[in-house]
Amino acid sequence: MAGLTLGQAPTRRGRPSARRARRQRLFRWVVVAVLAVFFLLPLFAMLEFTTRGAGGKLSFDTWKLLFNWGQLSQTYPDLSAGITASAGLVVLTVALMLVLLVPTVIWVRLRLPGLRRVVEFICLLPLTIPAIVLVVGLAPVYAWVTYFLGGSSLTLTFAYTILVLPYAYRAVDAGLSAIDVRTLAEAARSLGAGWGTVMWRVVLPNIRSAVLSAAFLTVALVLGEFTLASLLNRSNVQVAINLLGKSSATMSVAVSLAALVLAFVLLLLLSLVGRGRRRAQEETS
Amino acid sequence: MTESVQVTGAAAADRGGVAVRLEGLRRRFGAVQALDGLDLDLAPGELVALLGPSGCGKTTALRVLAGLEDTDEGRVLVGGRDITTLPANRRDMGMVFQAYSLFPHLTAQENVEFGLRLRRRQAGDRRRRAAEMLELVGIGKHAGRYPHQLSGGQQQRVALARALAIEPQVLLLDEPLSALDAKVRVQLRDEIRRIQVEVGITTLFVTHDQEEALAVADRVGVMRDGRLEQLGPPSEVYLRPATPFVADFVGLSNRLPGRVVNGAVEVLGARLPLIDPLAAPTGEVTALVRPEAVDVVVDPDGPGRILAASFLGSMSRATVAMPGDVLVVAQVASARLGELTPGTAVRVALHEVPTPLA
Repeated sequence: MAGLTLGQAPTRRGRPSARRARRQRLFRWVVVAVLAVFFLLPLFAMLEFTTRGAGGKLSFDTWKLLFNWGQLSQTYPDLSAGITASAGLVVLTVALMLVLLVPTVIWVRLRLPGLRRVVEFICLLPLTIPAIVLVVGLAPVYAWVTYFLGGSSLTLTFAYTILVLPYAYRAVDAGLSAIDVRTLAEAARSLGAGWGTVMWRVVLPNIRSAVLSAAFLTVALVLGEFTLASLLNRSNVQVAINLLGKSSATMSVAVSLAALVLAFVLLLLLSLVGRGRRRAQEETS
Repeated sequence: MTESVQVTGAAAADRGGVAVRLEGLRRRFGAVQALDGLDLDLAPGELVALLGPSGCGKTTALRVLAGLEDTDEGRVLVGGRDITTLPANRRDMGMVFQAYSLFPHLTAQENVEFGLRLRRRQAGDRRRRAAEMLELVGIGKHAGRYPHQLSGGQQQRVALARALAIEPQVLLLDEPLSALDAKVRVQLRDEIRRIQVEVGITTLFVTHDQEEALAVADRVGVMRDGRLEQLGPPSEVYLRPATPFVADFVGLSNRLPGRVVNGAVEVLGARLPLIDPLAAPTGEVTALVRPEAVDVVVDPDGPGRILAASFLGSMSRATVAMPGDVLVVAQVASARLGELTPGTAVRVALHEVPTPLA
């Protein structure tokens, strides 16, 4: 955030204010620098640790192994299973979240505005319940899930969909608030559009970036989830990292770093999507 | 009322369009009775403006006709067919909204094509029709622009083109001009009328702006508390208001104390005929007198004094203080402002036009 205002010119002329502006600019740079060190130092430490070879020499063996899928699944079968499970979970959770949440939120806005508060409350509820408590409630449910669908890690999709609801709801809701959904829907209806067409051809294209944000947030959250998977005896990348940490610390740290960077890149993309859209609107208005 | 429907109807019949009938519409929102037994007939090709203060039910009436709002009671007939329970998307009505309603992700051209696409018209046919409509509303050269690249007035033009492109049976205009600035408003208002006459489509126009309603409509309906107070040609509504509410709401009126004597009302020394002499009470009353029915004459011996004069362009308005704390607002030619400075002694003369009572 601070970085956005770094280059701002002082608004008032004159020596005292110029000095103050200079001091403020310096202060901003210091804040940015301290924060950067705070965030980047551990990452550098991780990178250094994973590239430390025998005798303290620089070695990329761990990273080469990590990106060589065949060899990786032979050497660390649990890890590759965890990565596969997480990848599957990401896809399924995003899909289930979108299918459940987006039409519901749009429908509530258009047809049942009285229910908006209730839906918001329900969607935000998972935020207030600690994961560990959630597991206590989910365990008996998952006994049934296992009974019907088997013990695959992919069944975590259901729990994760609940977990991502608060974030995804916020994102989609913000997108809907930015457009006049009601008028657009009524205009489309009067032109002959059924409700399906209203959703698919009118509302959805106009909240695309909001839906994309919801999806990105979901990806980041699912990639970083450990508690539920571990306590429900399922495997995902975080559980695998934890296990691996006991046998091969280097590989475990390398995977952690890769996951962190991936999540960071996703969030960066997300903010770029949002900013690109805002800028396009500013330019033309 | 029925008379005027037939008269306008006969004139409008050759323009095409269908008849619309709203019958005994009732609609309640919580404690508010938005529509209270509204009856309204639109002759084929006619433009009826519904006018009234906010909350009088005019927009609800239009939305019921559009199918965007349900009724508690009553029927909606278009071309003799009962469409009360038909969903909005199957009613075949073009609508222009108060809020900008163009689809932000589509260009002007694509917006106009939207309804045609839903009707599965061929691509070439669709493009031709959209271009034609955009040309009709005078925005052909901006066809490739997105809504956010258009001004408010241009957006409403595109919205009008979009509504007309599907060749609807009825055109519904829900305060389409109220978000625009004064000059664009007048321009677009006249153009809406031109296009409506050209296309010959039955149109319901909802507005709270009396000038707008009087300027474009074949007939004006003044609404209050969910029902029609008066429905008639603009001149009739303005000159012969059926109720004190209409007299008060449409145009500016002076409320002057008077006395009813022998079927006429005496106001400030003048005897004015009454609009409805039979219904008038006797004795002290309040008469509603239009500013344009008041003449101000400079007279050193006159009982009145100019209190203020405000310049309004070609015409101006002078406020005269008369004895007994009576204020009279008069419309005067702006050229006379020089002689009507505050403090000038004047007398007022009232035109002998049919006068309503409050």
